[in-house]
Amino acid sequence: MSSPLMYGTPSSRVEGTPRSAVRGTPARQRPDLGSVRKAPEVDLQSEPPSADGPAASETNAGQRLVIWGTDVNVGTCKEKFQRFLQRFIDPTSSEDENAGLDLNEPLYMQKLEEISVVGDPVLNVSCLHVQSFDAELYRQLICYPQEVIPTFDMAVNELFFERFPDSILEYQIQVRPYNALKTRNMRSLNPEDIDQLITISGMVIRTSQLIPEMQEAFFQCQVCAFTTRVEVDRGRIAEPAVCRHCNTTHSLALVHNRSVFSDKQMIKIQESPEDMPAGQTPHTTIVYGHNDLVDKVQPGDRINITGVYRAVPMRANPRQSSVKSVYKTHIDAIHFRKTDEKRLHGLDEDSEQKLFTEDRVQTLKELAGKPDVYERLSSALAPSIYEHEDIKKGILLQLFGGSRKDFSATGRGNFRADVNILLCGDPGTSKSQLLQYVFNLVPRGQYTSGKGSSAVGLTAYVTKDPETRQLVLQTGALVLSDNGICCIDEFDKMSDSTRSVLHEVMEQQTLSIAKAGIICQLNARTSVLAAANPIESQWNPKKTTIENIQLPHTLLSRFDLIFLMLDPQDEAYDRRLAHHLVSLYYQSEEQIEEEFLDMAVLRDYIAYARTYINPRLSEEASQTLIEAYVDMRKIGSGRGMVSAYPRQLESLIRLAEAHAKVRFSEKVENIDVEEARRLHREALKQSATDPRTGFVDISILTTGMSATARKRREDIAQVLKKLIQSKGKTPAMKYQQLLDDLRGQSETAITKELFDEALRALADEDYLTVTGKTVRLLA
Amino acid sequence: MKAASQNNPNSGWEAKAVEFFKDHLNEKDAHTWVPSLNDVPLHYLKPNSLVKFRCLIQDMFDPEFYMGVYEAVNPSTRDKVLRCGKYKDVTECGVDFNSKNTVTAERQTFYCVPIPGESPWVKECYAGLSQARDVPSTSYAPARQKRSYEEDDDMDTQPQKQREPHAGPQTASEHHGNGDCKRQETEAPSSQVASASRVDLNFPLPGEKGPSCLLKVYEDWDGFKLNDAVEVFGILSVSPALSALADEKDASSSLLDPADSMETAEEQRVHSPPASLVPRLHMLYAKPLPHNNPLLPAAACEQNSAYLSSTRSEMATVRTELLAYFTHILLGDALAAEYLILHLISNVYHRHDVLPLGKFTLNLSGCPTEASYTERFYQIIQQLVPSSYYLGMTLQNMNQMRLVPKKDYVANRLVSGALQLARNTSLFLDESRLEQGQLDTTGVRNVTALGNVISWQKFDYDFNYHQMGIPCNINVLIASEGRSLLPSDCRIHLQSQVAPSDVEEYLRSIHTQSQASQLNKFRVYLSVARLLDYSISDEVTKSVEDDFVEMRKDDPQSISAEDLHRMLVVARLLSLSLGQTSLSRDGWLRAKHIEALRRSRMEQHKCVNGNEQ
Repeated sequence: MSSPLMYGTPSSRVEGTPRSAVRGTPARQRPDLGSVRKAPEVDLQSEPPSADGPAASETNAGQRLVIWGTDVNVGTCKEKFQRFLQRFIDPTSSEDENAGLDLNEPLYMQKLEEISVVGDPVLNVSCLHVQSFDAELYRQLICYPQEVIPTFDMAVNELFFERFPDSILEYQIQVRPYNALKTRNMRSLNPEDIDQLITISGMVIRTSQLIPEMQEAFFQCQVCAFTTRVEVDRGRIAEPAVCRHCNTTHSLALVHNRSVFSDKQMIKIQESPEDMPAGQTPHTTIVYGHNDLVDKVQPGDRINITGVYRAVPMRANPRQSSVKSVYKTHIDAIHFRKTDEKRLHGLDEDSEQKLFTEDRVQTLKELAGKPDVYERLSSALAPSIYEHEDIKKGILLQLFGGSRKDFSATGRGNFRADVNILLCGDPGTSKSQLLQYVFNLVPRGQYTSGKGSSAVGLTAYVTKDPETRQLVLQTGALVLSDNGICCIDEFDKMSDSTRSVLHEVMEQQTLSIAKAGIICQLNARTSVLAAANPIESQWNPKKTTIENIQLPHTLLSRFDLIFLMLDPQDEAYDRRLAHHLVSLYYQSEEQIEEEFLDMAVLRDYIAYARTYINPRLSEEASQTLIEAYVDMRKIGSGRGMVSAYPRQLESLIRLAEAHAKVRFSEKVENIDVEEARRLHREALKQSATDPRTGFVDISILTTGMSATARKRREDIAQVLKKLIQSKGKTPAMKYQQLLDDLRGQSETAITKELFDEALRALADEDYLTVTGKTVRLLA
Repeated sequence: MKAASQNNPNSGWEAKAVEFFKDHLNEKDAHTWVPSLNDVPLHYLKPNSLVKFRCLIQDMFDPEFYMGVYEAVNPSTRDKVLRCGKYKDVTECGVDFNSKNTVTAERQTFYCVPIPGESPWVKECYAGLSQARDVPSTSYAPARQKRSYEEDDDMDTQPQKQREPHAGPQTASEHHGNGDCKRQETEAPSSQVASASRVDLNFPLPGEKGPSCLLKVYEDWDGFKLNDAVEVFGILSVSPALSALADEKDASSSLLDPADSMETAEEQRVHSPPASLVPRLHMLYAKPLPHNNPLLPAAACEQNSAYLSSTRSEMATVRTELLAYFTHILLGDALAAEYLILHLISNVYHRHDVLPLGKFTLNLSGCPTEASYTERFYQIIQQLVPSSYYLGMTLQNMNQMRLVPKKDYVANRLVSGALQLARNTSLFLDESRLEQGQLDTTGVRNVTALGNVISWQKFDYDFNYHQMGIPCNINVLIASEGRSLLPSDCRIHLQSQVAPSDVEEYLRSIHTQSQASQLNKFRVYLSVARLLDYSISDEVTKSVEDDFVEMRKDDPQSISAEDLHRMLVVARLLSLSLGQTSLSRDGWLRAKHIEALRRSRMEQHKCVNGNEQ
């Protein structure tokens, strides 16, 4: 009993079972598992050294058999898996694969039912489910996928045809496990992973043409026309030396078109930029897709691949005495899962999930529990930039963002959750540096300069792909930073046409494209962090924000917060600034590290809050918000102007939500609203102060003109009207004379611009028209 | 897999062997006995011998699995022997693939090129230091000759076998004549193209020469970064079997073999080039190069600091000489010479989040256009710094040159660009060559990359599907007529004391003056200044703060935070240039003084855009 028993594949053995339905459905070969044809089972008792598995039991001869080199017993394994399929329930499942299934019923039985209806004989099984159900089975699956998966196939087919004896499938059901272990980084693969089931994430960079791979060779004897089939074993075909029929040697010839081929594709994946340590280049791995996994993915896709890691020795060459001692490695793909598949359609929070270790979550939560977490985080932001506390706080809230709300049911569409911030100020106030910092901090950030970017560079453009000669849509910075932050430097240098595309992005958060027959709408749920310099190199405090940066007010009103970064010019500040800068130049690295939070911690903190925390307004907070809004409107109404619009209320809500996220709180409370209000007021005070009166005036941002300026214009128009009326019935007047008259009459200085504006106001009333140098009254 | 986890009976000796080499190589002068790939032609080196290579890590390939331990069967006696596969490319005959004792191990491959832009004097000096006898190993030469026939055969015709020696580096004698190096560089490509038509060695700079190599790293490969300059000690492997295996593949590629379809022909060419062109080097020990100056001791830190303090005392005097030398070259402008010294010893010593500290990009405006002044100026700098590159910013160069490395997914390698430089390389941008015309897409991208290098000491490598910012540490010197189109930390307008018509004559006189001993003094000086530590005491901090507040009080517009940044850098560099490791009150005043001088000169040369960045 010492010789290993030879068995066929488990699946081919199924073919032999007398159950009718199973036999009727052809088993499709699984090239993804390579050659499992020679998987001998051994009796554990006869070969004790390999008996490290607990599967050995004395009662049943069948149970003592394990597949050679493993501790897998086919019978037990099959039984366990069938039990798993019949009983596994996951009421908390949120995976999109399970959408539409009853979570309280056995999950996989419902899937089998789906297969019987749809007829697509593929069963995707999450390894995490297997693990939670039976850790031992999971271990075997991970360690011996080549043996265990066919056993699973066998089990599922038996179960299926028992349940649905009448269903007709193209071929037998194949089990595709996914989510093996934790998703692994390509960099952490090592020789121990060979021949194990692994899941790695990466980006597809190249796909090959379809490669036909021979699965079964068909030989015919040249002498007696006897035919025989030989299956591929480890990539090779053993040509029969002797014809079994006529005993002629070397008479068999391969007949190509009667051999069986399967599809195969080589796919190259590269590790995602986020997984890479700094200063190294990305690794690549070769993946083979088989049969229906061919052409499932395109270059540029981000995917999770579950498959078997293989290492093939370089073949020994008969003509060479020595061989290269290197193995070729690749992964035989069993399951693809695109991580960005739904990016164009909806939210991808779950696929974006960064996996945090327990420890990390603990540290983050500890940090969140500290009462001064908000201050801590804001001071950790760009520590090399001095002070500007409120601006940093604003940017911090922008990094967290508000909660997403969907009102599409009521026709309103998505509610913007991203906070937009504009920084304006004197050159050399480290605006660019702040932008650069944010760009480096967030995973999906884009950095562009208004000077060098065109509208198409920001949105999307259509080009001809050099390889395929097809028109392809190349996305620009705004689309690429979907769910991230788009940093735009030198915002003021941008051309008007470029800026106009921002209108849609900054409120509707979509991008509409109609180019070269491609008409589409792309998501651009990006936060915009822009920096602008004043028109006259130095900020002119006598002018309003609009006048200083010359941006259309329609665009300005889309920014939640507009900050001025000015040189405060005060001695105490100067001293602190000097101290800060000098210390930059002599502090040792350790000192700096101690003082501030690590950038990585900050990054994780933000990522965690963005994925897991989704605060909602509490009753109390909504009341406070209402009050805050009413107050804001009141401030202005006393002077006959409106100082807040619904857009400002939305901003307040977003900021309050973001602040709640900073605290890891699921509820927006009063303190959040208070801080949002304070910050909003602070930003408003800086940017929407009327330089003539010193009052906060939101209309500077919403209409581009302060209310006092508007009032003044109207006053002059009235004076002018009176003046004209006093002149009696003269149908036409000289422009210059009218100006002189008005100047003579008015006690305040009247500039030509003011006069023009007054004339225009009167013309709007249809009182007069101005043609060249004459002013005509209209009857 | 069980075999892999089993204890290797030989474990322990591997670490000891590496330790042995490390210890011995650290001994005084021991490293000079090891022949260097940089200056000994490849065919003079014995295969499987210890060699060293001074190089830059240009690209990192994927890790590879190899047979760490394997069992070989002797076909005649049927004896099984365990063998070690480490530090080797090829196994010995009769490997038993199914043996249980096989241990699969992992190693990493780096593609290394000689340090780009390395000055001829550095090469010469290293070659001179070497005590290894580079006698052709007669026993090996015929074998190589034979292989080269094979290789040429499949290319085209017989008569070309003489080109084989091109594979090795140029002998040192070719590098003589510093004055002509520029011309040499321009001539180089033509000969290079002929010899390397088959394999593009992927040097960052055009016209570079020397061997590149595939470095196999066995441990701690995570410690290496792209663009690190290292001196590697390792075992040379030029086994002809490597090339032969590759050739055979080409010929008999069939779809049935899974190993064949894995790599494209391009990839094959890049990842397993003929060993005669790109030798394999199995690393035993690598020494990071904090500087690439052969005149400085390369030894361990303790000795280094002793050396530094001994040279520090002389620095002030050398500085005076150097200042005089530069003043002369800069047409009698002492202030510009002062700034040039500061620029040449600048170094990014720390990054505070995104902000690189210590960089000092100098824009030397007002360069005379006569007598190719800028080019001659570059030649002088090249004689002083270990590595440098001259980039004429002609329209054609900007539009056509590849500055930014780009990933080629077909060949699966990082195609190098001219900005892929080792740390502290001097990049000389000649803007006086700028002409009218339009920058195309590549041009705009190149200019942006240059701008990023200057402002952030970091620029994006093009990975097609995404960009990746890689930090760098390059000293950029911009010579221009007017204000440069690129940003800079500091601009100084050259005030020539020489009439434009006499520049030609004046320059000619310079060349004859410089002597080797003096040049060496300058070279050491510039490298040492960069290695010194620096600190600011509390009192000086206080006085700097006071000064700043005082200056702002008088006129807030006169000095911004940006100006203070610059003044602190100037103060730092000024102190270091004098060999002082901490900022003194005098040092600060001196920095203030030269900044004031520079600013007043800027006022005089008021440009159209007076907005200094």
